[in-house]
Amino acid sequence: MKKVTWILTVLLALSLVLSACGSPAAPEISTEGEIKQFRVAVVMPSAINDLAFSQSMYDSLVMIQEEMGGSEYFDFVYSDGMFVVDDAAAAIRDYASQGFDLVIAHGSQYGSSLQEIAPDFPETAFAWGTTLETFGQPNIFAYEAASHEGGFVNGTLAASLTKTGVVGVVGPIETGDAKLYVDGFVAGVKATNPDVTVNVNYIGSFSDVALAAEAANTHIAAGADVMAGTAQMVVGAIGVAKENGVLWIGTQANQTSLAPEIVVANQVYRWDVVVREIIELIGQGTLGGKSFVITLENGGEVMEYNPDFALPAEVKALADSTVQGIIDGSITITLP
Amino acid sequence: MISDLFSTTVLIGILASGIRLATPYLYAAIGETFSQRSGVLNLGVEGQMLLGSFAAFYVTLITGNMWLGLLAAILVGAAMGLAMSFVTVNLHAKQGISGIGFYLFGLGMSDLLFQKLVGTVETVRGFPRLSIPVLSGIPGVGDIFFNQNFLVYGAYLLVPVAWFVLNKTTLGLKIRSVGENPDAADSLGVSVNRIRYFTIILGGIFSGIAGASLSIALLNVFQQNMTSGLGFIAVALVYFGGWRPLGVLGGALLFSMVNSLQLWVQVLGIPIPSELAVMMPYILTIIVLVAVASKIRAPSALTKPFEREG
Repeated sequence: MKKVTWILTVLLALSLVLSACGSPAAPEISTEGEIKQFRVAVVMPSAINDLAFSQSMYDSLVMIQEEMGGSEYFDFVYSDGMFVVDDAAAAIRDYASQGFDLVIAHGSQYGSSLQEIAPDFPETAFAWGTTLETFGQPNIFAYEAASHEGGFVNGTLAASLTKTGVVGVVGPIETGDAKLYVDGFVAGVKATNPDVTVNVNYIGSFSDVALAAEAANTHIAAGADVMAGTAQMVVGAIGVAKENGVLWIGTQANQTSLAPEIVVANQVYRWDVVVREIIELIGQGTLGGKSFVITLENGGEVMEYNPDFALPAEVKALADSTVQGIIDGSITITLP
Repeated sequence: MISDLFSTTVLIGILASGIRLATPYLYAAIGETFSQRSGVLNLGVEGQMLLGSFAAFYVTLITGNMWLGLLAAILVGAAMGLAMSFVTVNLHAKQGISGIGFYLFGLGMSDLLFQKLVGTVETVRGFPRLSIPVLSGIPGVGDIFFNQNFLVYGAYLLVPVAWFVLNKTTLGLKIRSVGENPDAADSLGVSVNRIRYFTIILGGIFSGIAGASLSIALLNVFQQNMTSGLGFIAVALVYFGGWRPLGVLGGALLFSMVNSLQLWVQVLGIPIPSELAVMMPYILTIIVLVAVASKIRAPSALTKPFEREG
């Protein structure tokens, strides 16, 4: 029996090591006294290359790193694929005890863990999203996206492009950022053309790619010729859209590379807008207690169009004026 | 609006979706049926699926040949099955725990390889839709049954084959006797270990194909943790189906049809909260499991390692 225990231990250890391997090792702490290196650690629920929520944060941090002059000045490490909240909590605590300047818990499911951990590390700044809740903690920042704004613009595009008069939306779980985006999308469609039908389908999962694909099949069978969706499992829906020549409008990250033939445009989250402000505040000695919203106005949400898609000029003009209208306040979005 | 559910478009939609959704469950659960009938509970199905799924995706991406991709999934599944056999049959490890170990290994390894070898979500050209001549032209029925891809057909053909092998062949008799009474089987000259090796490896192969059916046939994409618990549902379906291929088929279809039904319920705007709608397949599964539990007996030697007396 001893042998069995040994083999199992090795196997378990191996699997744990492997599941942790997605993230690079912690960086060596800079010994050069000259350079003030800002160090960030991020914990994310899905993969950094999910073409959605986690990727939007990863890409933003890469952008900041380039801006600040490379890893000597801005270094970040990450743990991705942390869909198990307990594992994420362990990682957050780990990073905090390693003395990072900022620890980001990128997922609203990490809130209660953070609430417990943050008071133990009063010298470390934490940030989490998507939410506005800082728990009244002086070392917790919160951030969220006004995703209904980009959703509204995407809805305008969808309503202008549909020929069948049916638009389909694939959602994960009817809550938080996803619900806000979908509600904004529906409002955008209705404001542009009240006769267009929007069918919405929440599949009850952020990871079930197969079910997302069938949700898309359902929309197509119901007559949809333009689709949209949010969260990382939509890659399944995009595949179905591509196969059936149905247009796709993306959100969170730029999803064009998956199906350049049918992706019209993407609302992309630029969290760097938030992270930049947080870095500045930390430099001034403020470690938390503030919340941020990325919007079309502050450049945290940007529309990225697929250059290979022949978008009619008048539709593009309508989308541009909608963005402008939301920014200057002449368009108000009424959510259901 | 409820009446909309009974329109032809909707019925065809529900059935065609259900047929596709059931495909990975069928491969995985039929494979698991073989290993459980021989007395081995393999909880590593999900991990085998993930690695098989990645192997199929990666080889198809590199070579452009989906058949090589399928072969890769089969080999990876077989290798995982071989390792599982060694741990449970020779080393007598607790089947439940070692299965979870294999699951975690598959989960971590598939993600690691994906990050290192591919890096970003990409699509591949997998098995195309294969319309069966004549039959696919039948209105309604054609779209549901005869306008799917090769791996979908394979899953349904597997069910009668599995039934035949388990119930009508000497090999099937040996598998069943090893699962019911390994001591008696052993005394009659049946090699318990060899049979279990065979069924666990076969299970691994089918789990690998189940993974491939997602990454190179139904979705043509790979993503971290793509199976999202599908492998565990497949294990539950084996119990659901009473360890019989036809029962497994019934369970897989029921679960998948209710799942595709709930998608339509939302699309048709039937006023049920989405949270309730997505619960439907699971609630139904629990009800049927409870109803079935009292009537069907598990293989007597399930989860028990075999050690020759004396």
